[in-house]
Amino acid sequence: MQYDLVVVGGGPAGLAAAIEAKENGVEKILLIERDRELGGILQQCIHNGFGLHIFKQQLTGPEYAERFINILKEKNIEYITNTMVIDITDKKEVYILNEKLGYKKINAKAVILAMGCRERTRGAISIPGFRPSGIFTAGTAQRFLNIEGYMVGKKVVILGSGDIGLIMARRLTLEGAKVLAVVEIMPYSTGLTRNIVQCLKDFNIPLLFEHTVIDIKGKSRVEGVVVAKVDENKNPIKGTEIYYECDTLLLSVGLIPENELSKKAGVIIDKRTSGPFVTESMETNIEGIFACGNVVHVHDLVDYVTLEAKRAGKAAAKYINGTLKRDGIKVVTINGRGIRYVVPQIINVNNSNEVTLFFRVDNIYKDCKLEVRLNEKVIKSIKKNKVTPGEMETVNIDFSKLDVKQDDKLFVEVKE
Amino acid sequence: MEKINLICIECPMGCNLEVIKDKDIEVKGNKCKRGKDYALKEIENPKRVLTTTVILKNSYLKRLPVRSDGEVPKSLLFDCIDYLNKIEVEAPVKMGQVIVENILNTGINIIASRSVEKLP
Amino acid sequence: MYDVLIIGAGIIGTSIARELSKYNLKVCVLEKDNDVANGTTKANSAIIHAGYDAKNGTLKARLNVLGNKMFDELCRDLDVPFKRIGSLVLAFDDNDVNTLHKLYDNGIKNGVKDLYILSKEEVINIEPNVNKTVKAALYAKTAGIIGPFEMAIALAENAYENGVEFRLNSEVIDIKKEDVYVVYTKNEKFKARYVVNCAGLYADKINDMVSKNRFKIIPRRGEYYLLDKSVKLVNHIIFQCPTKLGKGVLITPTVHGNTLIGPNAEDLEDKEAINTTREGLRFVLDTAKKSVEDIPVGMSITNFAGLRARTELDDFIIKEAEDSKGFINVAGIESPGLSAAPAIALYVLDILKSSGLEFVRKNNFKNKRKGIIKFSDLSFEEKNELIKKDSRYGRIICRCEEITEGEIVDAIKRPLGATTLDGIKRRVRAGMGRCQGGFCSPRVMEILSRELKVKMEDIIKDHEGSYILTGPTKKEVD
Repeated sequence: MQYDLVVVGGGPAGLAAAIEAKENGVEKILLIERDRELGGILQQCIHNGFGLHIFKQQLTGPEYAERFINILKEKNIEYITNTMVIDITDKKEVYILNEKLGYKKINAKAVILAMGCRERTRGAISIPGFRPSGIFTAGTAQRFLNIEGYMVGKKVVILGSGDIGLIMARRLTLEGAKVLAVVEIMPYSTGLTRNIVQCLKDFNIPLLFEHTVIDIKGKSRVEGVVVAKVDENKNPIKGTEIYYECDTLLLSVGLIPENELSKKAGVIIDKRTSGPFVTESMETNIEGIFACGNVVHVHDLVDYVTLEAKRAGKAAAKYINGTLKRDGIKVVTINGRGIRYVVPQIINVNNSNEVTLFFRVDNIYKDCKLEVRLNEKVIKSIKKNKVTPGEMETVNIDFSKLDVKQDDKLFVEVKE
Repeated sequence: MEKINLICIECPMGCNLEVIKDKDIEVKGNKCKRGKDYALKEIENPKRVLTTTVILKNSYLKRLPVRSDGEVPKSLLFDCIDYLNKIEVEAPVKMGQVIVENILNTGINIIASRSVEKLP
Repeated sequence: MYDVLIIGAGIIGTSIARELSKYNLKVCVLEKDNDVANGTTKANSAIIHAGYDAKNGTLKARLNVLGNKMFDELCRDLDVPFKRIGSLVLAFDDNDVNTLHKLYDNGIKNGVKDLYILSKEEVINIEPNVNKTVKAALYAKTAGIIGPFEMAIALAENAYENGVEFRLNSEVIDIKKEDVYVVYTKNEKFKARYVVNCAGLYADKINDMVSKNRFKIIPRRGEYYLLDKSVKLVNHIIFQCPTKLGKGVLITPTVHGNTLIGPNAEDLEDKEAINTTREGLRFVLDTAKKSVEDIPVGMSITNFAGLRARTELDDFIIKEAEDSKGFINVAGIESPGLSAAPAIALYVLDILKSSGLEFVRKNNFKNKRKGIIKFSDLSFEEKNELIKKDSRYGRIICRCEEITEGEIVDAIKRPLGATTLDGIKRRVRAGMGRCQGGFCSPRVMEILSRELKVKMEDIIKDHEGSYILTGPTKKEVD
């Protein structure tokens, strides 16, 4: 089987990338999705808030997904569902598996990785205690509730105040559960303020900052959890323990880009993002393998995912018809003080006039400046009332106005 | 006199607002006008977009995600949910299709958030 | 009326059952839990020890060394993963080096082959990540790693295929000695000429029903870290010098490619205390760092704790009760119990023989058991052939471990098949990967529901009462 472009993942990233590639002249595209239908994680995100930038509306996840699925179908882009990609090589050989076709090898001229991310588990943060049933990551609970149609528990404690945890606090409450508390280890929430208000305050669900779960009770099913305050080193403080009698513990403790396949292809992963090193064209270190969406870095806005995916699709199209410029001056972006990471990590100056940098700060900063430096020279300075790790920031850099030399470094920093 | 604390959600600042309700309504803590407007609305007539699922029949999918096509009064949220929990929808469904018209007389419709085909 | 009733379907009970199934005997295994291998057998270091550690002259020493030799053939016949990767006991100071020599001498006396003392350079050469302060190491080539519950399940399946009966959810609540033994569970009673007590943590409780010669089982808890498969920390089983509490904290690859770190050793009262603790896990990490300094804790995918059954004695208790002929205790089987299991089985058979049980070999004993096909290990062509026969092998359910629906259905349908989420996990590894079932558990539950014809909300994770879902949303009854 031979295709021009194979897109791995039929969520918002894969969909937008495939559509953009088609619109830019790529003919033989195959979109591969492991679930029963397209749409990715959006299908279980039944709440609204998606598409404020792209559609100027606040759509629900399924609505956002369906818009793109319709375009994909209108453009006659080939896709297969219930199909797992088992392996990818650096020669862009893609091995797929499904019940109808069996185990097949596909040769592609270009590949776009759009596998999204997975959730951090209890084991990854080593919460001590028993191992009863009733412990779910928020996303798995969301799948049970919204797709399979099952309730996961009656009395719930949620660890983690990121958006997924907050959304599930409301969702569970609306479906008849009692959410006893949302427990957050940091002194702030990475979730949107809107969600704090409409998911917690609306339902009088307490939010405990600087607290974490230190023990889980229950031999068969969760019977309760012990929550304690933590010090600056995130160690529990003796005497602050609170016991919550509950039957369910939901974990919303982080998302990890799912790059097992990327590694198989020889793609180099950036430890700061847990995603591939990418250029401004979303190309990885392997020629012709691109990546976009949560597999590159965890996004908060699906709108940014769509934009990023379009960049990847467009670049893949250029690559396939031989017009993707990769020679010439390369600049590296560096996360400076206060910045956790910057994407893209590498910029081919010849290929781009304006490049948008996406980055996250590592803490809440108020009344500060986001500064971009080309080596020592400050080229951009943006005043910010408040920046927080939960909200990705962007800054546009116009390279046509800069005098850039090979190996120049672009720093992004927080200046207080 | 009543004192109510709110967090403004109009922008990422998330100003802590204090609303004092007496003969008049006074808003403190907002850094811009949007905050004041938000506070007044939240005090007078708080409304919310409702999203949930309803039972779906005749399809491989067991639940249909639905949404309100506007905001319903916050006080009616659980009543709307109770109402929606009792209905059943049959596939096929088209995204945007009205599932419940004028739910509990709010003037707001509940519509399907996605299309679903029926079982072959 | 049974010839032999075995109480407990852990690694010991199933080993004995399989051995007995080679003979024309009516055998039944009573297991209190809802699955085999659901006690200590599923939560241990999974090591087949070389046998230098146990004191010379003890049953532990003798049966460890004997048992160790039996694993290659046994695992081949039963299709169980086993790798002889060898072990190193590290010495960090002169005291340690002394201990190494003592272990070496003891090992030679015990009959351990391929035992060597390695120099610092030799150690670092084969284990580059080991702490450079290491002085020497005892290298035992015959040590290995195994899947312990895979082994017990395989033994049980093979025993079943060869005529042994199994009763799950059958806790023994009383035993009366009349002319034969009458063993009572909640709903049934069984008559048997011989009873073999392999009840692990509760072997004392079972013994007390029959014999006045009491012993006490003390649960010793050990906690572990399991690291992601992408971590390649060590090539061998890495021990530190043993202390009074046992062999200490080890670091080892598992037979599936993960890295296992642990256990600590804490004597408890509660026989159900399989919870991990902050202090225990901290101790495990801090102690392990002595062997390998840089342990990537961030790559931990899960923690667990296991309870080993020990007695106040320093050796296994494997003998016929003096005041109750025909009642054989196999108790206090802590380390090196797993390593000794095949030899323990033979030893128990000898005891039964001495006690008067007649052994007539079956001529139709099926000595081979085919395990569940590991789809991801098949070649390109083999994969496609298999999918042609059964298309369910074309549907990946567990993304992290690449497990297909075909394998999961096999795990349910075969004798003593899985009925719970963890039962599936233990048989085919779905849910053992880095996402710990986050992706696959809704799908695995759907398959269990379909194959066992039970409602989704009736599927349990492991032990009774471990329901996962409370019911459909909207409180509707579908």
